[in-house]
Amino acid sequence: MSVYMPTTVDQAVALLAQNPGACLLTGGTDTMVEVNFNHLKPGTVIGLRLVSSLREYTITPQLIQIGAGVPYARMETGPLAEALPALAAAARTVGSPQIRAAGTLGGNLGTCSPAGDGLPVLAALDAVVNLRSPRGIRGVPFQDFMVGVKRNSRVSDELIESVSIAPTSGYQDYAKVGVRNAMVISVASVCLVHDRHTASVRVALGAVGPTIIRAREAEAWLATQVDASTSLPPDEAVAIEFARRVAAEARPIDDHRSTADYRRHAIQTLTRRLYLRSTK
Amino acid sequence: MKNSSTTTRSQSREVLGTSALRPDGVAKTQGDFAFSSDFQAENMLWGATLRSPHPHARIVSIDPTDAWRIPGVETIIFADDVPGQATYGLIASDQPVFAQNVVRYMGEPIAAVAADHPETCRRALAAIKIVYEELPVLFDMDLAIDPSTPPIHPDGNVFRHQRIISGDPDIVGDVIVEGTYDIGMQDQAFLGLEAALAYPDPGGAGVELVVATQWLHEDRKQIADCLGMAPEKVRLVLGGVGGAFGAREDISLQVHTCLLALRTGRPVKVQYSREESFFGHVHRHPGRIHLRHHADRNGKLLKVEGWMKLDGGAYASTSSAVLLNGITHLQGPYACDNSRLEAWATRTNNPPCGAMRGFGVVQACFAHEGQMDKLAVALGLSPVEVRLRNAMKTGDKLFTGQVVDSVAPVARCIRETDAIPLPAEPAYGTGSLELPGGSGRTSDPSHIRRGIGWGVSIKNLMYSEGFDDSAEARCTLADGVATLKFATAEVGQGFVVLAQQIARTILGVDTVVLDAIDTQIGSAGSTSASRQTWMSGGAVDGACRLVRERLFEQVAHVHNLNPLQLAVEGTDIVDTLGPLRVPVSEASKGLRIEETFLHRHRPTEELDENGQGNCHVAFAFVAHRAVVDVDTELGLVKVVQIATAQDVGQVLNPLTLLGQIEGGIAQGLGLAVMEEIVVDRGVVKNPSFTDYLLPTALDAPDVVAIPIEEYEPLAPLGAKGVGEPPCISVTPAIVAAIRNATGRDITRTPVRPQDICLPT
Repeated sequence: MSVYMPTTVDQAVALLAQNPGACLLTGGTDTMVEVNFNHLKPGTVIGLRLVSSLREYTITPQLIQIGAGVPYARMETGPLAEALPALAAAARTVGSPQIRAAGTLGGNLGTCSPAGDGLPVLAALDAVVNLRSPRGIRGVPFQDFMVGVKRNSRVSDELIESVSIAPTSGYQDYAKVGVRNAMVISVASVCLVHDRHTASVRVALGAVGPTIIRAREAEAWLATQVDASTSLPPDEAVAIEFARRVAAEARPIDDHRSTADYRRHAIQTLTRRLYLRSTK
Repeated sequence: MKNSSTTTRSQSREVLGTSALRPDGVAKTQGDFAFSSDFQAENMLWGATLRSPHPHARIVSIDPTDAWRIPGVETIIFADDVPGQATYGLIASDQPVFAQNVVRYMGEPIAAVAADHPETCRRALAAIKIVYEELPVLFDMDLAIDPSTPPIHPDGNVFRHQRIISGDPDIVGDVIVEGTYDIGMQDQAFLGLEAALAYPDPGGAGVELVVATQWLHEDRKQIADCLGMAPEKVRLVLGGVGGAFGAREDISLQVHTCLLALRTGRPVKVQYSREESFFGHVHRHPGRIHLRHHADRNGKLLKVEGWMKLDGGAYASTSSAVLLNGITHLQGPYACDNSRLEAWATRTNNPPCGAMRGFGVVQACFAHEGQMDKLAVALGLSPVEVRLRNAMKTGDKLFTGQVVDSVAPVARCIRETDAIPLPAEPAYGTGSLELPGGSGRTSDPSHIRRGIGWGVSIKNLMYSEGFDDSAEARCTLADGVATLKFATAEVGQGFVVLAQQIARTILGVDTVVLDAIDTQIGSAGSTSASRQTWMSGGAVDGACRLVRERLFEQVAHVHNLNPLQLAVEGTDIVDTLGPLRVPVSEASKGLRIEETFLHRHRPTEELDENGQGNCHVAFAFVAHRAVVDVDTELGLVKVVQIATAQDVGQVLNPLTLLGQIEGGIAQGLGLAVMEEIVVDRGVVKNPSFTDYLLPTALDAPDVVAIPIEEYEPLAPLGAKGVGEPPCISVTPAIVAAIRNATGRDITRTPVRPQDICLPT
């Protein structure tokens, strides 16, 4: 096994071009599990921990850019948490403190599990995934990035460099059901983002389909019911109907973690609660 | 690495009754402790096990040709390579060392390989070609009991069928309540994974095995049988054990490791991954219990009738003993004369089940406590009152006809638990980590309902039904230093500190050296059944007392006194009738006194066909009260507080006692709300800590514990075993609290979110 430790993005991209299919490693919180279970036997590993630019983020009034190597621990508090409270909430649900110190958004995107906690937030925020290759930078909207269970549209010589998010104005939150009060894989999760600028309420669902699901039909219905350019009305009936419509867009399955019925019920309950929280 | 320290602490003497610190504590907290997986040997090979992917299949052919070709592979062994007995087992020898023609559970070993590297082993296993013909999977207990179902093993599909009939089994109560209860399969989930290192003797004449186990001598016997060797040719040394909880009572990798070492003539190490561990050891029996309780108008229990079915999975392990414990504890800690009970332990193609903390009583307690709550409702009594009205006391007779002559402060356990203040009402903000849902921030305070529930239990101590699980210990006193030798498996419970406390107390020494824990002395029995404080504690106590007698004889001889008037006071020998005072260190200078003591509990009997007989040695009792917050709409639970008063006899070490209580409560909480091996037609769906969920710090409740300290005259140190009771009635208490919060008749544990919030 060859291990490379580049210190710049350019070096990393060059190494990836020379070693197509190489395993990109940052926190290793997914990869090492795969290796331990003998599901993955990487021949070449490109370690990204020393690429300092990947571990940076910038916040301007126009754009928030988060390097793929920023660990969850740095999203939980501080400027990122203030700018993106839903991302902070999602980051706090990831694993243990040790995992959050190591795991990154780039890893979440690379693995692209439907249960990845950062992903519903990126979906609801209409984030753009920036992929770097020898051909330059390609920005892919999240909805086009994740294409299936653990599948994404990154091609083998592309490095996930960062995500770009347009700041929103309004409430945003993430809630997740697991069968343990911490350190648990999502059974169902919801991210709700209210943005007065675009007069929109966006909802994305985790762990209830092959990809993160944006509840676009429910969002469209809500737009006919409320004026999202201002505070949302604390209307229980709207919340209930919106939640019902969001849950109808989920595509959950039965598995050893839960049942499809429960997952749909959880989506409906979390959506209603998040909507009502957003009106307070 | 340094597994124990013998530092002398002279400031406050760490005798019995003090929170003496464990000799292995510093090493464990600093990461210096050598667990069995940490052992290495020069010229060592690695071993690994090939396991069946199917729960039931015929092995059509095995072709290892490609595996033999892999450089670094030293040997590959199969069923035909087992030189001695082809099977092993704690009670019935029915489990093959390697499957011969048929595999009966997912994960059953078929072959083992030794190679230069774990990766070589993995490749070799993958290169062994096996053709299976899948067979119908027997996964249902009722089908296993049905005599028309074809047997999946020559010994049949029922490990044991037992009934108990007592008093007037036809009596009918004024009030009758009925319920069916289901218990899921729990894993012991010890953190220190299975690991062993075997050293072959020159010429293969014998073997030494360093292993994490609960019972060195029983392992030795089964290993020797399978190797076709005399037991004395097999020497076992205890490797550092990172928890056991029953899962190390059966053979797992012991025989395989020894065989590989003897075959290659080199030391061989085998260690399981977490995933393999789920397949490599037995689990807690899942089961279904149906009970009908009869009471008079005043709430006095008149009769318990019903049945219990426990699924033992593919091989016998301790199923028959677990079933005995289960059926004899269906009575609960309540006085009652009349019963009609029947129980089966079945063989299926599910994972084998055997010992786990609570050993059949956990299942029984979940059912009888659900029944006591139903009785309370039917009678219009509180859960506390109905239990107090029936609380067992010393002198009461069990359904088996056995009289409970242990200290039995059941009513006191209930009252003292009831007197513990309830926690404050929830005053959390939205999104608090303390709410159900925890870090997922699913719940707001308005979604929460609080519930309170009760559980009370009786647990037998030591082995039952005529088994003589004696314990031996040796004490040597020389120059003021005591050395103790025993084969008692220290699995984390703290016997190593208790043994030192006993020696300090009896002999008046401060420095107590612990000799290696191995088979170079007689058996100590298993570290299970809450028995080592009583049994090995009794053995160490006995050995120390014999040494002290001889020391007194020496001192009496020198000073021309009667040895009977001498006593140990602190670290001195004193004349109780005169001025003499000699430090033990001085009195023992130049001497070497060594004594061995064998401690036995009183004999027990097997049950007859009607379940009558004095089958148990002694009993311990405990009460638990659970307070839970439930998000009733999402079905999420936070256990807020567990209050408990436990019948412990004499307290010997308050700190290790609390450790057992808090740990047991966490384990019982796991069974109540999250821990379950999900099995679908014999296939395990969640063999990892990603999906087999153990409680985290955020799930652990506040524990308020009161020891009920009443000296137990039957016990050598006046102390009862304390390991199992904490985990038994806490599960029904939590489930009762969830019922109380939700108004739902939940009859299954662990309780899943959908059981709380979706239509049944």
